[in-house]
Amino acid sequence: MANVNKSPWLLHYDGSSCNGCDIEVLAALTPVYDAERFGVVNTGDPMQSDILLITGGINTQNVKIVRQLYNQMPRPKVVVAVGVCACTGGVFKDCYNILGGADKAIPVDIYVPGCAARPESIIDGIIQAVALFQKRLEEHESRIRARKKGEMVPPYDEAWPEPDNEVKMHGEK
Amino acid sequence: MTAKVIWVLCYILLAPFLGGLLDGIDRRISARMQGRVGPPLLQPFYDIRKLLSKQTIAVTRSQGFMLLIYLLLMLFTGCMFFAGSDILMCFFVLSTAATFLYFAAAITDSPYSTIGASRELIQMMAYEPAVLLTCVGFYLIEKTFNVSEIITSRVSAIIYLPGFFAAFLFILTIKMRKSPFDTSTAHHAHQELVKGVTTEFGAKNLALFQITEWYETVLLLSVVGLFIVNRNPWSYPAAVLVILSVFFLEILIDNTCARVKWELMLKSTWIITLLTAGVNTLILMLIR
Amino acid sequence: MQLPVIPFLICFPMLAAILMFVIRKAKIRNTIAYICAVIIIGAVGVLTIQYFAGGSKPLEIYFNTAFTDHVILTSEFVLMAVVTYLCFKYHRYWICLLSIIPTCMIAYLELFGPKMAPAAHIYIDCLSILMCIIAGLIGGLIIIYAVGYMHGYTNYHKDIEDRRNYFFMLLFLFLGAMFGFVLSDNLLWIDLFWETTSVCSFLLIGYTREPKAIRNSFRALWMNLLGGLALSAAIVYCAYTSQIVSFQQLIRISVNRNPASAIPIVLIAVAALTKAAQLPFSPWLLGAMIAPTPSSALLHSATMVKAGIYILIRLAPAMSGTLTGTMVALIGSFTFFAASVMAIAQSDAKKILALSTISNLGLMTACAGVGSEETTWACIFLMIFHAVSKSLLFQNVGATENSLHTRDVENFQGLLYRLPQLAIYQFIGIAGMFLAPFGMLISKWSALRASVDEGNFLLVMLIVFGSATTSFYWTKWMGKLLSRSGKGAVPDITRRNEKISMTIHAVLMIALCLLFPLLSKVFVDPMLVQLFGNYENVLPTALLYTLIVVIAFVFAVPVISYYLSRNVKINHKPSYMNGINTGNDSSFTGSLGEPKEMVLTNYYFEHTLGVKRLMYPSQILTVAVIIITLCMTLGGVL
Repeated sequence: MANVNKSPWLLHYDGSSCNGCDIEVLAALTPVYDAERFGVVNTGDPMQSDILLITGGINTQNVKIVRQLYNQMPRPKVVVAVGVCACTGGVFKDCYNILGGADKAIPVDIYVPGCAARPESIIDGIIQAVALFQKRLEEHESRIRARKKGEMVPPYDEAWPEPDNEVKMHGEK
Repeated sequence: MTAKVIWVLCYILLAPFLGGLLDGIDRRISARMQGRVGPPLLQPFYDIRKLLSKQTIAVTRSQGFMLLIYLLLMLFTGCMFFAGSDILMCFFVLSTAATFLYFAAAITDSPYSTIGASRELIQMMAYEPAVLLTCVGFYLIEKTFNVSEIITSRVSAIIYLPGFFAAFLFILTIKMRKSPFDTSTAHHAHQELVKGVTTEFGAKNLALFQITEWYETVLLLSVVGLFIVNRNPWSYPAAVLVILSVFFLEILIDNTCARVKWELMLKSTWIITLLTAGVNTLILMLIR
Repeated sequence: MQLPVIPFLICFPMLAAILMFVIRKAKIRNTIAYICAVIIIGAVGVLTIQYFAGGSKPLEIYFNTAFTDHVILTSEFVLMAVVTYLCFKYHRYWICLLSIIPTCMIAYLELFGPKMAPAAHIYIDCLSILMCIIAGLIGGLIIIYAVGYMHGYTNYHKDIEDRRNYFFMLLFLFLGAMFGFVLSDNLLWIDLFWETTSVCSFLLIGYTREPKAIRNSFRALWMNLLGGLALSAAIVYCAYTSQIVSFQQLIRISVNRNPASAIPIVLIAVAALTKAAQLPFSPWLLGAMIAPTPSSALLHSATMVKAGIYILIRLAPAMSGTLTGTMVALIGSFTFFAASVMAIAQSDAKKILALSTISNLGLMTACAGVGSEETTWACIFLMIFHAVSKSLLFQNVGATENSLHTRDVENFQGLLYRLPQLAIYQFIGIAGMFLAPFGMLISKWSALRASVDEGNFLLVMLIVFGSATTSFYWTKWMGKLLSRSGKGAVPDITRRNEKISMTIHAVLMIALCLLFPLLSKVFVDPMLVQLFGNYENVLPTALLYTLIVVIAFVFAVPVISYYLSRNVKINHKPSYMNGINTGNDSSFTGSLGEPKEMVLTNYYFEHTLGVKRLMYPSQILTVAVIIITLCMTLGGVL
């Protein structure tokens, strides 16, 4: 399975951003930066994507949506938070409706800072996400091989728990 | 008899590889046309391998069932064609296979999937006359529907069937899901209904769908080749050349046209079918 | 050889009809209905065996039937009286003229007309036997189904008077008339049985006595009576010019291109077109859907409309190459296309079935009109497969309506999970109408090839385009059946006898599909020899083998796929709704946070393709074709 890492499909979702980072993400797919030469395809469908690119902060309205999209993606998957708002909440951190960065809703693997993040940083983040995706894919396949041999392997839900739909407000544990 | 078996086996084993390679060439040439570099040629195979390794997901259990039927019926159609049997029957079985793709999308009861499936049905309604008329055209000049007898004709069929060839090329754009007629589902980055028919297909289901599409592409391009092939062995390389130029033409059309609404697709396809294949039929019936 | 089973087949249902009307207690009547239906099926079986045991040669029997002739004439007057009385009761005076004029013409002919050449009154060949089997078997099964159906229907529609004895009387009367129709050779007898079926249809459509039903029944009546008028005119003309009153003799002299036969042939063809609900006469069949389902199944899809096709098949050798044949082929193919386009815009299940019936009858009409051996072969097979599938579908839709209380296809969503057994039969029925490898497919294949062979450009085009539109409206219906639905299961109140009938139909359909080459060799090929005189094999053997392989594969593939996909571990995901799926896949979270129900429907294109828009122009076009043909034929003869 040496070359499988060359097929990362993205899902790009905008939480509550100003759209600046979204435009940079789309710019990364244009001929100038051309992320497709790495096999990256921007699919709009969570069921067909491997990497979730989140921009913008998480507010009370979209926390369930982001969780549902994340849950609809088949494993193994990687989450990249693009832009400062997705990392920590950015300039909107103290607003009454913003809960924080993307990690308030789903487990984030890679943080790409910037306001707006440059396409080069975004592509750098995607490359690291692809390498992480490759690592997770190999782990996923070894689990399947182990289960076929009959060894005890903890089920997915214990090893990588999915976030449920409970919404925790500011300050709640 | 052994030749038929060899052709059928070649189709079953080699067609996905050929289809994938064509898909890779398609993406590469499209990228170059758009001023980009584009993915490596073998990218579609990497995609399939990744899809097959992912977690199996579905919205309903019966999706996989329907897609498997779609694949098997498509395989059967291709085998029928390459074994040299009745081409009209082939296309009837092909439309049955396409019905199962519709079911796979419609049974999920998801909005994007259902609208994509309805558009897929409209596409089927649009291309079916041209496809059936192609068979009629072959029958008019060869007095037989059998592929094995059509390929032994003295003259290439296209000499008598230019109108049918034009109509078939027109609907090839629909069948291969290229703009301007990719209303139900489109290749990556051409989305309108998210992924249309394939919205609820994940991982293995999507891989099944993709492989079946490759089988279908190879079958349709072979029908294009059937217009050229005749008794002369030099017609086979000529057919390959024509197939490749038709493929390039489709890529060109895809990159230069924007998607049209389905009303325009339906009307234009039927009018073009009438004007090209219909007039051709009339002329052939009058002179024979 | 006198076959006494023939008068039995014609008269026994009349006796059963009287019994039905007289017996008031439902339980006794139902049992007697079962027994009579089974006896009829048995009698048809006996007739078939006797015919084939006798060498399956065409038989002409019963030459001296003076008494029966008088009975027939009296019955004509009885029918005329019934029609006149009802026309006056409902204030539609001019329609009774359409009954009085032909009856008086026929009576004048019989009492004061010239002496006829001696001829048989009953003619049996493979085609008659086939029609008897269709009428008897399917008719018998539908009567068994009707017992259960009418029970549920009457319980639900409490506002409609319970006249089930009258209903069953009409069903049996119709069956007897049907047998008489296909077994008779004397044109006067055919005329009586023709009028009987028209009147039965009229009375059945008006069963509920609602204003809409009354309106539709009178429309059916005048269109069918118009056909009867054309038939009577043909008979009178034929009798006066050629002294012929036998159908077979008329066809024989017409095949020899006797100029005097052109007018009767075109008039009989027009009469057949009204019976088969071709354009411009299609609205009567659409309106007939208001009747309870057994009458729709029996009369308006499986049997009565096939009577028109039967006449056209008989006329096929006479029509081939003539102006009449061209007219019939043109009208048939145009109807095939136009009706399938109109069916796309329908969402009422019975109307879809009605338009699909009209469409398929159009294809059969076109094949018969072209009149070659190949197209007639295709026509006969179309007729066989269509009779079984459509009857199954109508019964099924009726049973579903009884349980769901709706017949809008949009409400059939998720039927597979709500009423599983009915949904599976519905699926089989619809698949049998257009999917490979079922019977309709091979018929369409041969119809297409035959029309190319005949060089009929218009027919080829209309078949090809009609085929595309046909698969559209069937497939979207099937998709609805298989989808999921948020609504729960519904109690299935289908009675056992309805299920028995539907099961037999489904089994028959699959069996016919598998046994189809045998059917061709044993039944249809001799039929074509009898019709045309000589005949070579239509289907090349290679195609037969291909077809068998296709059938085997298409039946095996779902089974294989089922076993392959059964034990795969699936992780269920909610369907994609941009993340606002509430979790049950049938509603989403609105912008204010409350759940909103999601409704998905199919495309119908009501404004562009609806009956309201397309029927009138189609009728004008086809009326013009008929009038032009009639004028040209008259002009050519005179």
